[in-house]
Parts: sequence; structure tokens; C-alpha cells
Amino acid sequence: MQKTYYDPTDLKKFGKISEWNEELGSKFFEYYNSVFKEGNLSEREKSLIALAVSHTIQCPYCIDAYTGDGLQRGITKEEMMEALHVAAAIRGGASLVHGVQMMNKVNKLEM
Amino acid sequence: MIKSLHKRNSELANSNKQVEFLSNGIFKGGELATFNNKIAETNQFPLRPKKLEILQINLGYMCNQVCEHCHVDAGPDRKEIMTKETMLQCLDVIKSTQAHTLDLTGGAPEMNPNFRWFVDEASKAGIKDFIVRSNLTILRANKKFYDLPEFFKNHNIHVISSMPHWTKGKTDKQRGSGVFDKSIKALEELNKIGYGMPNSNLKLDLVYNPSGAFLPGNQVALEKDFKKALHDDFGIQFHNLFAITNLPISRFLDYLIASENYEDYMYSLVEAYNPEAVKNVMCTNTISVSWDGFLYDCDFNQMLELPVSSKVKHISEYKEDQLQNRNIITSQHCYGCTAGAGSSCQGNII
Repeated sequence: MQKTYYDPTDLKKFGKISEWNEELGSKFFEYYNSVFKEGNLSEREKSLIALAVSHTIQCPYCIDAYTGDGLQRGITKEEMMEALHVAAAIRGGASLVHGVQMMNKVNKLEM
Repeated sequence: MIKSLHKRNSELANSNKQVEFLSNGIFKGGELATFNNKIAETNQFPLRPKKLEILQINLGYMCNQVCEHCHVDAGPDRKEIMTKETMLQCLDVIKSTQAHTLDLTGGAPEMNPNFRWFVDEASKAGIKDFIVRSNLTILRANKKFYDLPEFFKNHNIHVISSMPHWTKGKTDKQRGSGVFDKSIKALEELNKIGYGMPNSNLKLDLVYNPSGAFLPGNQVALEKDFKKALHDDFGIQFHNLFAITNLPISRFLDYLIASENYEDYMYSLVEAYNPEAVKNVMCTNTISVSWDGFLYDCDFNQMLELPVSSKVKHISEYKEDQLQNRNIITSQHCYGCTAGAGSSCQGNII
């Protein structure tokens, strides 16, 4: 039995997902590749967004992929860390902003 | 400053050990296809020369820098320097070759005591594109080199310089402390006399190679980022950026092994293998001459001491027609030139 849920070598097999459903797999990868092409945002900016999102959703494959992608694009570690703090701030803020709900409830129930 | 593999008496200072290492492990058991088997899949083995375009001459392995990734294992301790006698033999060839480009490299070619004399003489041959690969810091290393930009200009030299990143941190980490500041100063000096300026005939190109175990990204995008950052931060301009893949030899191989990145890196190279790039690899249009006059298919084969497969082995016996009728020596390190958009001393090849 596999000892861990995640195996780094599985990332290389991502494309095989299409083998069990060619139509949807192909559509997904076509969409995926289109998303990362230069548009109003540069490929570099999209790579940093992807890195930040990867950490938010805590996907080890994505972190691996977009750290490497960033290095290839000449993105510095300082830029990567700054992007992560944006993700952390939003994620932390998302918890904290629910405090308003808590405060509303407390205020409603307490005398 | 780190020391060269030779100075460290590293096992990898022996090129045979490098070739042996690259032939074993993941390539021995068939886990990854050998390069020769890979190119055979598209009937490209053995590689054969096309029209000779570039004569690349290594003036010596001595360098004022000791870069972590250097495939030459160059450094201040390397004493291999081309003699005037060998230079004279090279000049005979330069006068008669059909190659339109002469490419002087090292080490730091400027450190060869006969560098200026050689450039003077070679430029008389009327070579169309006369390249000197300068590490930039040599131009600021000592007062005796300060006038080199003017010297280059007077000989219409095409300057190609290494610049691994537009930030100080990444550059100094790969090339040594203080390299970034000196490189910027040297680029400013070159710009001042017209090198790298828009519409200028004084060509100034930069070479980017990754500072770690990863492949270079898109050359066009990197050039755009380099140009913006160097211009915004320092007012520096240049013409083209060449993105070059680090080949797994010499000090970069040593780094890959020590950092336990070797296998992953080789997988990356093999996965990025592009059969289209094979058609334009630089060994098909280049002859590389070592500091002691021996002939190689490319600079990398020179460092691995894999000589040309020809009866003509030395510049003193150079016969272009005969050399053109040879098989090119290829091995696993060649995956570095065929990954993605391909890689050569002139950057991408497709």
C-alpha cells in the first residue's frame, strides 16, 4: 500500500487524467492552457497568482509546479513570498471577517 | 569565492569521470533513453555537420570569477592559456574559413596576455560577426582593462555578456559577491560609447542562464523583463537576451549531485526534449577550438574532452572539407541543447 497520499511523481502523470475521459480531460487542458496565456495579465502575473492560489488551496502538486514555473520566469523568491502573504492575508481575513457574524450573534443574544 | 573543481581536486575535475557518470545511473538501466537512442527515434543519429558558420576559439580557462554553474570550471587558478603560436595557427584558419562568425570565449578571454594582438590580427580577416564573450566584471577588474570597451568599439566587436538576473541577489549568488555591481558599471560604460543602444551597430547581447536546477523560461518574455528592469533601475540598454540551458557537466554537474537534484534535472531535460531542436543544435554549424588548439564539436564536448571524430584533430592540421565530413559526438549532456526551444551560445534555436 502507498504510504503517503501524495507522490511527487504523480504530478508528471497529470495528463493521464484524460485517459479515463478523453472529452472532458481534453476540454479541461485546453481551457487550462488558454487561461495561462498572456492576455490583459502577463504570463508572469498569472504565474504569481497561481502560486498564491496553490498555497491557499494547499495543493502540493500546484506549489511544486508554480514554484518551478516562477523560477523559470525569473520571478524572485522575494516576489513569491510577497504573493504568498497576499494569499495568507485574504485567507486570514476571511476567518476574521466572520467575526462580525459572531459579534452580531453575541450582541443579539446578550443582555 | 568558491574554488574550481581542479583546485578542490574533485573527482569531477576529471572529464572521464563526468562522461562515466552521465552514462550510468538512470541512463544505464534504461530508465531514461540515452541521447543517441532518443535522436535515433527520429532518424537523426548520428548528427552530421551542416554548413560551417561559427568558429569558436577558447583563449584559456583563466577567469577572474568562479561561477557556481561554470561548465568550463574556469577560475583564477586555471593556468591553461592559448599561446601565441597556437593563435598564429588559428589566424591561418580564420583567414581561409567559410565561417562568418568568430566567437572568442574563455574563461575570461581578455585575460590572455595576447588577447589584444590576436583581436587586432583576426579583425583584419574581415569576419562578418566578431564576438567576444565578456563576463563584464573583467572590464572593471583592473585599470589595464578599463579601456577595453573602446578597444572593442574600434574593432567593431560584438559583445556578448553573462547576466543571470536583473537583481543583485540572484546574480551574486551564482557569480560571486560584488559581481552584479561591477557588471552594471561595465554595462554603463558600454552603453556610454554606444554599445547596446537602439539602432546602434555596436552589438551588445546578454546571456541568461538559470541560477539553479531548473530550465530557462520563455526567452522573449525574459528579454522583456530584463530590458524593463535594467532600464528602469539603471538606465541600461542592450539588444538581445539569449536564454541558455545549463548543461549537466563540470561545476553545474557537481552542484546537481551535491544538491541531490541530478536525477530530477535530467528528467526535466529529457521530458522537455524537442526533436525539432536537434536539427539546429550548434554543433552542426560550429567548430570549437581549445586553448591548446584541439578541435571539438562544441564548447561542451571540449570540456568533456570528447574530440572531433576526424583525422583532423588539431588547428595546425585544419582542413575544413575533411572536418565537415564527420559524425558529431553526442551523449547525455546534449539533452541540454535540445530541451524546449533548444539552447545554444546564441540562445534559443527554434
